[in-house]
Amino acid sequence: MTLTADDVRKIAHLARLGIQQDDVESYAQDLSGILALMQQMGETNADNVAPMAHPLDQSQRLRADNVTEVNNRDNFQAIAPQTEAGLYLVPKVIE
Amino acid sequence: MHNKSIKELAAGLRAKEFSSVELTQAMLARILQFQSINSFITVNEDFALQQAKNADARIAQGDFGLLTGIPMAHKDIFCTLGVKTSCGSRMLDNFIAPYNATVVDKLTAAGTVMLGKLNMDEFAMGSSNETSFYGPVKNPWSLDAVPGGSSGGSAAAVAAHLAVCATGTDTGGSIRQPASHCGITGLKPTYGRVSRYGMIAYASSLDQGGPMARSAEDCAIMLQAMAGFDDKDSTSVDLPVPDYQAGLAKDINGLKIGVPKQFFGDGLAHEVAKIIQQAINDYQKLGAVVKEVDMPNLKLAIPAYYIIAPAECSANLSRFDGVRFGYRCADPQDLTDLFTRSRGEGFGKEVKRRILMGTYALSAGYYDAYYLKAQKIRRLISEDFKRVLKEVDVIMGPVAPTTAFGIGEKMGNPIEMYLSDIYTIAINLAGLPAMSIPAGFAAGKPVGLQIIGDYFAEEKLLNIAHQYQLTTDWHRQSPKGFE
Repeated sequence: MTLTADDVRKIAHLARLGIQQDDVESYAQDLSGILALMQQMGETNADNVAPMAHPLDQSQRLRADNVTEVNNRDNFQAIAPQTEAGLYLVPKVIE
Repeated sequence: MHNKSIKELAAGLRAKEFSSVELTQAMLARILQFQSINSFITVNEDFALQQAKNADARIAQGDFGLLTGIPMAHKDIFCTLGVKTSCGSRMLDNFIAPYNATVVDKLTAAGTVMLGKLNMDEFAMGSSNETSFYGPVKNPWSLDAVPGGSSGGSAAAVAAHLAVCATGTDTGGSIRQPASHCGITGLKPTYGRVSRYGMIAYASSLDQGGPMARSAEDCAIMLQAMAGFDDKDSTSVDLPVPDYQAGLAKDINGLKIGVPKQFFGDGLAHEVAKIIQQAINDYQKLGAVVKEVDMPNLKLAIPAYYIIAPAECSANLSRFDGVRFGYRCADPQDLTDLFTRSRGEGFGKEVKRRILMGTYALSAGYYDAYYLKAQKIRRLISEDFKRVLKEVDVIMGPVAPTTAFGIGEKMGNPIEMYLSDIYTIAINLAGLPAMSIPAGFAAGKPVGLQIIGDYFAEEKLLNIAHQYQLTTDWHRQSPKGFE
């Protein structure tokens, strides 16, 4: 499995990740190399093995539906790049 | 006083031989003196001295524990209220955390003094501390070598006696490998033993925080303060925390050690193999019984890890979008441009590589072949450990295939860098606890012995490590120039 420069551009777009034009080729090479390493997994038959998502096979703990957090909006927004009237500002989406 | 153990320092503080303020000042002076090793990202003198004053007041009132007044430092992955928490990234260079990680709260409540925040690989992705936005850390044992990573700043600072102890995190070996390379003692606890709340997430099913210090005894004291159930971490495990210090003295006569033949294959440097073998022989002299064990799926740990960890990383790091906190690019043209450029300019190359890898592995058409397959392999690896740990008490082997490599040596070749984690990452996939303890030197560079235990067997690991440290002095060596 080899990734092309176009594949890398497509993945970068999916991840909304800007990458320099000059770096695309080296990412394609690195990722292809990593995928080659992954081929080792193909040699092992794991068809009847249950996938393991969590080391202790834990299930999600539930809690009572009570309010436990206090409102920290001002503190959280103090470190935001741009806010106004308690809202986060981003470039205009709808004209 | 900078090279004393936590117990010795606590005794000195209690006996008023020195105050926490004096101890803290001495450590701050050393941090300044040795700043060229680049182990700290942030040093917070006023903050540290204030905490030291508070500790002295507590000691004067008779309200103290072993950690009261002990100057330590946190890996810069742990959120610290009001103090920059960069995670080694340009993305968070301007991030002043609005809350404390639970680990930070707990160690603060125990009375520790926070000297500052420690350098690390960017978002904990790296094995050499070279992916940090703040530059590489130098290994105190060999200044042109890496300290290991990702908790490289933590290991280097403790080895150089710039902090009595430090926190670290381990997703694929990030506590154990730098501990090994810097000649200190590090423990990666069982997944769920230490709260992940406020510990910036890289791969959530693998990440675990733990102690890094000179000795197993110091690690036991630290872990006592760090471990325990946390309501704020949904994967925290609600099990009682044993008295780790009380367990240190237990006799290890009859201990059954498993040694996987897969740990001694091609790629392990001869001089490292020799030291590990010697350490295992030393355990036999202490009454342990050694048995060769077979773990056929260990070789699949690297491919499985480098699917699972990047997949989780690509999801976790989607929160860095230039909107709510962290880096934002200048003059964004529209929302997509804001996301794309903020992330493109805020993340370094290795982080981008892993986000791309993870996004690919999770994308439509490839999910089954990569992510699902990796999760199945993960179970096979975990079952290997479970089977072996029914036959033996612990597994021993090397932490890393070589001693610390040179700065710049592997940066051009990501796969070679990934392969340096070959003996540590399987443990994270299984979620088991493991330690690295100093076991000798090869050409002047430290070599760590890895001890892997069953789930929640931290007490036993610390006990086994401590018994070895009672009869050896590898952990008491100091790098030249830093004594």
